[in-house]
Amino acid sequence: MKLVFEKSVPGRRGLTISKSDVSTSINLKADLLRDKPAELPELSELDVVRHFTELSRRNFGVDTNFYPLGSCTMKYNPKVAERIAAYPGFAHLHPLIPQLRIGGILTQGALQVLYETDLLLREICGMAGFTMQPMAGAHGELTGIMMMAAYHKDRGNKKTTVLIPDSAHGTNPASAAIAGYVVKAVPSDDNGLMDLAKVKKMLNDEVAGVMLTCPNTLGLFNPHVREICDLIHSVDGLAYYDGANLNAIVGKVRPGDLGFDIVHLNLHKTFATPHGGGGPGAGPVGVVEKLVDFLPVSIVVKREDGTYALEYKRPKSIGYIAPFYGNFGIILRAYVYMLMQGDEGLKRIAENAVLNANYIKEKLKPHYDLPHPQTCKHECVFSATRQAAKGVHGIDIAKAIIDAGFHPPTMYFPMIVKEALMIEPTECESKETLDAFIETMIDIAKRAQTDPESVTDCPKTTPVGRLDETKAARELNIASLA
Amino acid sequence: MPYISNTDEQRAAMLAEIGMTPDDLFADVPKEFLCGKLDLPEARSEQQVRDHLAELAGKNHIHLTCFLGGGFYDHFIPSAVYALTSRSEFYTAYTPYQPEVSQGTLQAIYEYQSMICRLTEMDVSNASLYDGGTALYEAMMMALSATGRNKIIIDDSVNPIYRVMIQSYTRNLKIELIETQNEDGLANREAIGKQLDDKTAAIIVQNPNFFGCIDDFTDLSEMAHKKGALVISSVYPISLGILKTPGAMGVDIATGEGQSLGMPMSFGGPYLGFIATRKPLVRKMPGRIVGQTMDAQGRCGFVLTLQAREQHIRRDKATSNICSNEALCALTALVYMSLLGKEGLREVAQLCADKASYAYQKLTSIPGVTPHFRAKWVFNEMVLDLPCDAADVIGRLIEKGFAAGFPLSRYYKGMENSILVAVTEKRTKQQIGMLAEALEAVL
Repeated sequence: MKLVFEKSVPGRRGLTISKSDVSTSINLKADLLRDKPAELPELSELDVVRHFTELSRRNFGVDTNFYPLGSCTMKYNPKVAERIAAYPGFAHLHPLIPQLRIGGILTQGALQVLYETDLLLREICGMAGFTMQPMAGAHGELTGIMMMAAYHKDRGNKKTTVLIPDSAHGTNPASAAIAGYVVKAVPSDDNGLMDLAKVKKMLNDEVAGVMLTCPNTLGLFNPHVREICDLIHSVDGLAYYDGANLNAIVGKVRPGDLGFDIVHLNLHKTFATPHGGGGPGAGPVGVVEKLVDFLPVSIVVKREDGTYALEYKRPKSIGYIAPFYGNFGIILRAYVYMLMQGDEGLKRIAENAVLNANYIKEKLKPHYDLPHPQTCKHECVFSATRQAAKGVHGIDIAKAIIDAGFHPPTMYFPMIVKEALMIEPTECESKETLDAFIETMIDIAKRAQTDPESVTDCPKTTPVGRLDETKAARELNIASLA
Repeated sequence: MPYISNTDEQRAAMLAEIGMTPDDLFADVPKEFLCGKLDLPEARSEQQVRDHLAELAGKNHIHLTCFLGGGFYDHFIPSAVYALTSRSEFYTAYTPYQPEVSQGTLQAIYEYQSMICRLTEMDVSNASLYDGGTALYEAMMMALSATGRNKIIIDDSVNPIYRVMIQSYTRNLKIELIETQNEDGLANREAIGKQLDDKTAAIIVQNPNFFGCIDDFTDLSEMAHKKGALVISSVYPISLGILKTPGAMGVDIATGEGQSLGMPMSFGGPYLGFIATRKPLVRKMPGRIVGQTMDAQGRCGFVLTLQAREQHIRRDKATSNICSNEALCALTALVYMSLLGKEGLREVAQLCADKASYAYQKLTSIPGVTPHFRAKWVFNEMVLDLPCDAADVIGRLIEKGFAAGFPLSRYYKGMENSILVAVTEKRTKQQIGMLAEALEAVL
């Protein structure tokens, strides 16, 4: 398909712009101006609409079909949240208004959304306070680790290392390293869980904290999680909960009750805000009482007269990590979602997510290797080793799934499982959809044994076939310049 | 239950098929970890939640005529922008890990990267970052890594919101962060020159800067490059409809806030950070990058590329911890720029400058209102001195229906009487006239 630039016709316009109603026309000094206009395409509105409609048809979303991308929690994004986020009272609100005199009073609705989202998340996670500012999960991680560092500095602790299991998302070690810590990877035990004995061995006074995802990326709940937190606390370290997989236990288990001190959430996962093709997300961070003073500036407080205000005077705070109050439009969608669920709704999410994952796990167990066969939580991780022996690798299975009309699972992650196929169905999907997917997976497994080529030459139904990634990196073409 | 398809009967059937009971599903979680009923409000219906949120939205005063900027602007958004970006094939997708079913997102990102390069006259752009502030921080980290040095010079004409963000992020790092004080509204060449040495990784500046003043950093680039340092410039993308580009100035890394390219102000986000640089620095660039390639049949397609820089492969050695972008916001900016086109963007930029110039004349003709800086070129924002406390005047103008501007005392000492006034193409001659009348009346 042509690039938008290739459709350009000189002189064509896509928007009529209001004529100037002022008499002045400023002539800026020539050396402050650009030589020639930016080479943007010249298109009619219809050209633009057709171009992007065509692009949208070359995409796969949750609204298209089942999207069991493990660890990404691709659940349905309720339309009501989209509608509410577009309300002019929210969409057209300038973020600097509350910083003007009496401005706080002019933004009470937005401040109430932020304040109540904080309260809801506190209750759901068992934390004492939240910041809404981080603009993605990884941004939340960095914020959390910065608070960890501020806590240790405040206590006069000399801490250098953060412990992270080898099954963790790559963002965990990257966030800890960027915040200035040395990362030590803790191996998983035979059950796929963070090895308690190894934690004991690696523990010393230099340990600033541990970062854990629970359930972990294998979809397993670690029963020793509180012991791990207690061990970390014994050296005045902090336990960090990566909320990437909260969907499995939301409403039923609170990270705070497990002994965690810092929690980040991915609102685009558990709280059903759209993934947007890779963002914008939102990554609020919650902390226990002893860390509340370190939360970023500003936070929303409720005054005695019932009005809401932004609090800036926070001497121990790690400071500003975002320009304003986070990705407000995303937080708003999550708030809507929580209001519609209540306690019972949240528990139902976890129960259905876990049921759907175990259903897939049990049904596919005879057909794919399952390194960790115990009860899983939100996702199950198969290994395509049996198929690989026939020359059909995880990636081939993924492409065959595409031809069947589904989005593939997460591939080759976690790295501790060979040929990993990480499947997360979410609570939203019906038995009919799961059965159709299971049937497809069984069919592919059979074809891998009897007719491997029919799998390895997929996909055949897509606008492009498998793309040459080596060529993309070697002959780097990342922009069409004029 | 909202958004769950299976019925009780289906659940029972599924459990029976896999030989489990409802209790088995959470049997791996020690009993003492299971919480009871949470103290949450009773679940609401869609109608109830819409009514509730409509009431809250109504408590936000969006009717104020907006002369508030500070890096975040009330520009006109064409209808086709929302119509296209709200297609759910775009917004319910995730990161394009499977390129064959993600060509829509991937091609759009490639086109966005191209558009940012054309706009800034830089060689390469990534797929976007969270916002203008984190983009500036990432650019700084890039410069530290590329030069192997640890000193950063930042002029205080750079958005103070970004400067405080950078201070937070660098608190635990071994970085010497030097702030220079602007010279009559422009980046202070003398002060920067004095600080610039062979330990300096980068000079950070902004154009138009926080005061709205237009600068040309060609001289700074020459100065910095002689010492082996880089120049990072934050830039307001709409201004590039007419203003000299970072590329033409010899800037090494250009960043900015993309909100003005078709995104509503939405009380602070989601927004769009952009970052663009020169080819030799591409492997130091954070975040996702999309590249063009081919399939076996020679069909052109797009994939995520240069992933060896990223956290999912490099883990603690990655260039950044970022593992997403603001894809939907990048798409928004792309659609916006496609609709405006070459001539439209130039017109919008010129309109902003013309209307700001008109507002400048109107406002400075009020007795007691004077420009804070000596004659300087401004784009669409200006600093004016009032005869009394600016925060107080702004408060009184709110009562008259205007968000008249931003009080600079919030971030700058000795500027208690100064107000930052922004004018976009959306403001009419009549609105500007009414602001002038209202201001004169309250002084």
